[in-house]
Amino acid sequence: MKTFMLGWEFPPFISGGLGTACYGLTKAMDRLGIQITLVLPKTSDISFGSDVKMLSAEGHIKTEEVSEFKNVSFCVIASHLRPYVACDAHKACQKEKKSSHIRSWHSGCTEQLENYGWDMYEQIHRYAAKAAEIATVEDFDIIHAHDWMTYPAGIAVAKVSRKPLLVHVHSTEFDRSGEHINQMIYGIERQGMDAAIKVIAVSNYTRNIIIHRYGIQSEKVEVIYNGVERNSSVPLHTLPDKTEKIVLFLGRITMQKGPEYFLAAAKKVLEKIKNVKFVMAGDGDMLHRSIELAAQMGIGHKVLFTRFLRGSDVDRIYQMADMYVMPSVSEPFGIAPLEALQHHVPVLISKQSGVAETLKHVLKVDFWDINEMTNKIVAVLKYPALHKTLCNNGHFETYRFRWEDAAQRVNKIYEETLASA
Amino acid sequence: MASVCFYFQVHQPPRLRHYTIFDTDDNYFDDFKNAQICRKVASKCYMPSNLLLLDLIKKYKGRFKISYSVTGILLEQLELYAPEVLTLFQELASTGCVEFLAETYYHSLSFLYSQEEFIEQIETHKQTIQRLFGQTPRVFRNTELIYNNALAALIDQIGGFDVIITEGADHILGYKSPNFVYRPPNSKLKLILKNYRLSDDIAFRFSERNWSEWPLKAGKFASWVNAVNGCGFVVNLFMDYETFGEHQWEDTGIFNFLQHLPEEILKYPDNDFKTPSEVAAAFDAVDVIDVPYTVSWADIERDISAWLGNPMQENALTELYRLEANVKNTNNKNIIADWRKLQASDHFYYMCTKYFADGDVHRYFNPYDSPYDSYVNFMNVLDNLNSRCCRALLQKEQQPPGIPARQCLSS
Repeated sequence: MKTFMLGWEFPPFISGGLGTACYGLTKAMDRLGIQITLVLPKTSDISFGSDVKMLSAEGHIKTEEVSEFKNVSFCVIASHLRPYVACDAHKACQKEKKSSHIRSWHSGCTEQLENYGWDMYEQIHRYAAKAAEIATVEDFDIIHAHDWMTYPAGIAVAKVSRKPLLVHVHSTEFDRSGEHINQMIYGIERQGMDAAIKVIAVSNYTRNIIIHRYGIQSEKVEVIYNGVERNSSVPLHTLPDKTEKIVLFLGRITMQKGPEYFLAAAKKVLEKIKNVKFVMAGDGDMLHRSIELAAQMGIGHKVLFTRFLRGSDVDRIYQMADMYVMPSVSEPFGIAPLEALQHHVPVLISKQSGVAETLKHVLKVDFWDINEMTNKIVAVLKYPALHKTLCNNGHFETYRFRWEDAAQRVNKIYEETLASA
Repeated sequence: MASVCFYFQVHQPPRLRHYTIFDTDDNYFDDFKNAQICRKVASKCYMPSNLLLLDLIKKYKGRFKISYSVTGILLEQLELYAPEVLTLFQELASTGCVEFLAETYYHSLSFLYSQEEFIEQIETHKQTIQRLFGQTPRVFRNTELIYNNALAALIDQIGGFDVIITEGADHILGYKSPNFVYRPPNSKLKLILKNYRLSDDIAFRFSERNWSEWPLKAGKFASWVNAVNGCGFVVNLFMDYETFGEHQWEDTGIFNFLQHLPEEILKYPDNDFKTPSEVAAAFDAVDVIDVPYTVSWADIERDISAWLGNPMQENALTELYRLEANVKNTNNKNIIADWRKLQASDHFYYMCTKYFADGDVHRYFNPYDSPYDSYVNFMNVLDNLNSRCCRALLQKEQQPPGIPARQCLSS
């Protein structure tokens, strides 16, 4: 089985769950023996790291991973496309930069991108065109596109190759922007889902959105839960002494993740318990507003902002945390709570998330219910018995979420799709 | 000679309302929900079952006998929300064919934590049964049939009882059969053990379509009871009263089954019905049953892991009983009553994480979405009770000593 996979981001250069999911799924599919050609957008200043061999070819850079991925070949398209950046940010950049001539994409490997226009629409279609180009020289049975930026590319590749298209919905515009959706992005999402033979959703929560807000037939949409990476040998870091409990928020600091609800609950918790600190680990468009909000509420001295954490810092912060809170307004799945549980941290998640429909040994709350959120946070901090039971049972529960299972299900869908084609 | 001994457990807990750390009042219990559930169970189970059994008792003119254990906290709820059910129980009592057992008034696990409280609750329950039904119970059953050797010793010490009933768990019986009367080590008490196979056939498997014996007709069941003849004296059928109408809905045919059962059983001349006291009087203990580790009738394990299986449950129970001295010292009957209602074993049953993945009997009438929610709720309430206690004790200390009656102004 050979698949042409269109992705967005890939570790170590990730800014959110999409990269983590892509990595986990690709690795597991690789182990199953599925041959994958993975196409990613990349800005010119990033390199992959020492175990990746870079081979240049016309107009795009092809790499071969030597160690971890046996059956995966990476193709990188130089592009400004960055996930999670809102359309307005792109437009703002466009106003600033003066765009000069557009260089032909048939030039050599070191493309200068600074001179490109920042129009997102243009970027997506350029990516699509390049992907289609790559597709003409690659051999594959099926196309697998992750999230909206890759859908036009998926459609283009499907046209060129006449192979079936699968789209994998990790998030929808409704998750990211609430009710103020960007009509263009919505259009692209819908177009992608319509053009695909099958749509894979990361949860029933997302599946319902796809069916009801995008008008896709229910038979076309399958649910495959994400997995979580097993870190069997996470070193126990020597941690600084701490006298105060730590409640952790780890994720992009953006509207979708509910940072203001976290802070509102923090304020109420501090009225009941004094020796607790709140840590917000992440970056995002609401970062500065959150810092201001914490100060305004008078809890600035109790809320710490670490910015984006990578690698062993992530393990360290989980090991220091007494509790992990995910007050997402709308979360398609939510891998971070699983990571927290793996690190033996009890978890409180919003009921408006995909993972809430399947996790049992976690505390759940409606994201807007600040009082109940406070009630539950205080209980975990106050009662060691609760902390312990949630940790033990929650940790055990993460063993259910294996990328191997997700990969098996993806493979089965591939086979079913090809059989009926 | 196979005597069928029916025992029905009748109980509803006082459920807590949603109580957060922001709540400061002392209304812990969800009166609305409790009333609603009580009335619902009364109409689906208690009323039709009581009427049916009353009918059957009258029809068979003293040959059909049953026994009940009704908890004190349910009796309180019936008085408030469904007094007609109480009246029927009284009618049943007056037939002379119905025996009422004693248990802890509050359906509590006090046996495991406080001997003093345990004894007090049994005494209160006995008095209530005497007052309402004109019977003084001589048969004891502990909450959820929890039992071990120490319980037998304690009951011996308290005195006034002849029989204890408990679960006929495999791990205490070994090769022995529950169809005989036994006794605890070094005791003259008699032990009557539940025949869980036959009891659960009615209580659990009755409506399971993929059970090999479905549908269970009264005639078939009576033949199984009859098969005990020659290798047993009693068939102890112990179950929740709610089997009839709630756990097994009316449309499963459960009432029909019950209606025909006495007739089918009595078709065999060797069979009859006996109350637990009659069983103890009729049959000698054939052997000692040694129960060093606690058993119960709950779940497959038939031990106490349903209430004490995880740190949350242990912690909640320990903290609850830690308050005993303070609570009783306040002499405040509201505080004491609330503390006792918090002892209902159901509160801890809801915190069980054992089978959380599957919906099962634990989830029936469980007001919580998750065991963690129930723990958080319970501990918030307990915290408030503790504060109330401390305040009450402080007030008591600060009050000036009362003026003795002789020194009043009037004379």
